[in-house]
Amino acid sequence: MSEQREIRIEVPVLARVEGEGALELTASGGRIEDLRLRIFEPPRYFEKFLEGRGADEVLDVVARICGICPVAYQMTAVQALEQAFGVEPAPWILDQRRLMYCGEWLQSHALHIHLLALPDFLGFDNAIAMAQKHPEAVRRGLRLQRLGNDLIRLFGGRSVHPVGMRVGGFHRAPDPARAAAVLAELRDALPDAEALVAFTAGLDLPEDDQEFTSVALRHENEYPMYSGRIVSDRGLDLAVHEYPEHFEESHVAHSTALYAHLHGQPYLVGPLARLNLNHDRLSGAARAALAATGLRLPSRNMFHSVIARAVEVHEAVLQAIELLERYRPREPAHDPVTARFGQGHGATEAPRGLLWHRYRLDADGMVRHAQIVPPTSQNQARIEDDLRRSLESFGLHHDDDALRLHGEMVIRNYDPCISCATHFLKVRVRRR
Amino acid sequence: MATTERVLPISALDRFNARAQPRPRIAVHKFSSCDGCQLAFLNAGEALLQLAQRVDLVHFAEAGPVDPEAPVDLAFVEGSISTPEEAERIRRVRANSRYLVSIGACATSGGLQALRNFNADGAVGWTEAIYAQPEFIQSLGSATPVAEHVKVDLELWGCPVNARQVFQALRQLLFGVAPVVDKDKLCVECKRQQHVCVLVAKGEPCMGPVTHTGCGALCPAFGRDCYACFGPAENPNTAALACRFEGLGLVPEAVARRFHFINSHAPSFRAEWLKWQEPE
Ligand code: SF4
Ligand code: SF4
Repeated sequence: MSEQREIRIEVPVLARVEGEGALELTASGGRIEDLRLRIFEPPRYFEKFLEGRGADEVLDVVARICGICPVAYQMTAVQALEQAFGVEPAPWILDQRRLMYCGEWLQSHALHIHLLALPDFLGFDNAIAMAQKHPEAVRRGLRLQRLGNDLIRLFGGRSVHPVGMRVGGFHRAPDPARAAAVLAELRDALPDAEALVAFTAGLDLPEDDQEFTSVALRHENEYPMYSGRIVSDRGLDLAVHEYPEHFEESHVAHSTALYAHLHGQPYLVGPLARLNLNHDRLSGAARAALAATGLRLPSRNMFHSVIARAVEVHEAVLQAIELLERYRPREPAHDPVTARFGQGHGATEAPRGLLWHRYRLDADGMVRHAQIVPPTSQNQARIEDDLRRSLESFGLHHDDDALRLHGEMVIRNYDPCISCATHFLKVRVRRR
Repeated sequence: MATTERVLPISALDRFNARAQPRPRIAVHKFSSCDGCQLAFLNAGEALLQLAQRVDLVHFAEAGPVDPEAPVDLAFVEGSISTPEEAERIRRVRANSRYLVSIGACATSGGLQALRNFNADGAVGWTEAIYAQPEFIQSLGSATPVAEHVKVDLELWGCPVNARQVFQALRQLLFGVAPVVDKDKLCVECKRQQHVCVLVAKGEPCMGPVTHTGCGALCPAFGRDCYACFGPAENPNTAALACRFEGLGLVPEAVARRFHFINSHAPSFRAEWLKWQEPE
């Protein structure tokens, strides 16, 4: 009889898709028979709160879905609402939006790389413990994170739930003197950002090649952030509004987060998917720093996500410098908007991956129906797939602690959300 | 734009440490929330590292340490209570903590998700609308503030709270100083900063006259109306402001919505919202 043991891994306090989560797996003869990542998100009903709200209220509501990436939610919603109202924002507005979005990428990626992921790769329980031994690495992370927050504040007054965006543009254009100060900070940070790429590529990352489908936006000439078509490495190429015809959200018994599938299959969104599909769109300096690492793309190793994040930090700093160098204030900072009946779609690249919104509005421009597909629900099936494969290739003969640590590292690697990424998995083993 | 800080530096905790051993123990707990308030710590940069050297951060899942059942001197609680498990857990947090501070709109008034409390058929109807298999969803019909479940020693308003608020509370409580929370209305801060009044000059329905100060008057600085993310001020004259909004041309439903937003469950805002539901 083959050895069969039931391994139970529990995450007692999950978040963003927050609440409680657990991982249960049954293994036999070195193979996993059943695996379920359970996520218990206290339902927060955001799509329902949006019904009956006006367009500008929407921006203040959706920000509060996630304190880590409020800008991504505002950007995606504003895009959808403007489409519904038939507004084409001026190039100046699109530039400022990308600039503000760079701030969120910087803030979120710097936080994840240094405070959440690095302790895994350097062998610490958490960043606070790690700071004793590697103060410079932690300080570099905090500097880049602060810089990202400063950039968001320039446009929104604060970095969590910023108040500066409106349908049609911004409430106020940043003050040129403050913009110049942030530009100086960004220039100073460039060596940090460039060094970060080499640093992450030098980490001792596990070798683990897997098959998966990458999905990301693709733009004619930019590295995708604020706009583009939805593409995959299997030939998918869609306009944003065609998303529901190919992607399906479903609800399974063991989780309260909705699962998304592409043609019935799991898929990956996020930094590694973006880089796999768009490395030819990086700016020259970012491409050179990446080439120097020798990383071959597309990569099939999910642990390369940390390198992809570092490349995107570098790219965000470069883009922000470029955009700020040609910054000129504009008065007013928004275009006129007339509310009307309609429907609009938006898709942008949140730090964690593709974010998709759809709004139906009534004749007064009030929300009738809203649908939001966040990156974490899109990655959930992929995370389960990854856990199954990587735990098997890691070896189920390892003891519970080693399995738990490896499982945690796999989940964290997706940066599913800041808090769900840091919680402990509990392993309970029962032999039958 | 930061308001002047008249609080002790973090290094002052060294004196606390010299007097009292062992080091103060701190926990940061999360309930139903967006995680935005915890970022007041995580975005604090160098101050977070200094704090970690001077206190024991025994539970702060986002930053790494996880020990939710450990006894602590001071617990910060983010998020509202919206599941049976959370209602249980907040009791244990209270039992294990000398001081309990609720941080943010979610923890202090239920926050944005308290809007579910007003849905006619409860959250049940919404669960059915969103989830294909509602029987798998565990949720209370309501999202309520922490103080409706256990005793709270200090409430910090804001969506989100900022670093100045949380670090000030931390220092004061650990020194045994009665915490001082500025009870002014947003308008006072706005005038101090000499912004053009968006209500008077632009006719925007600004909530500043009834809103708790603390954000630094951000929205008026951007030329837009405040939407009261810091919750109701002390003794807010909501009735007069609501009438003023009507005078600006808002229909009753739009007046009601101004109070029915981030802090809909706060008593004064809830009462004003109710009044504008069925205007005479
Ligand atoms: S109060 Fe606001 S910022 Fe704080 S957790 Fe709740 S929604 Fe997030
Ligand atoms: S909504 Fe009001 S309280 Fe909140 S940031 Fe704006 S001005 Fe401040």
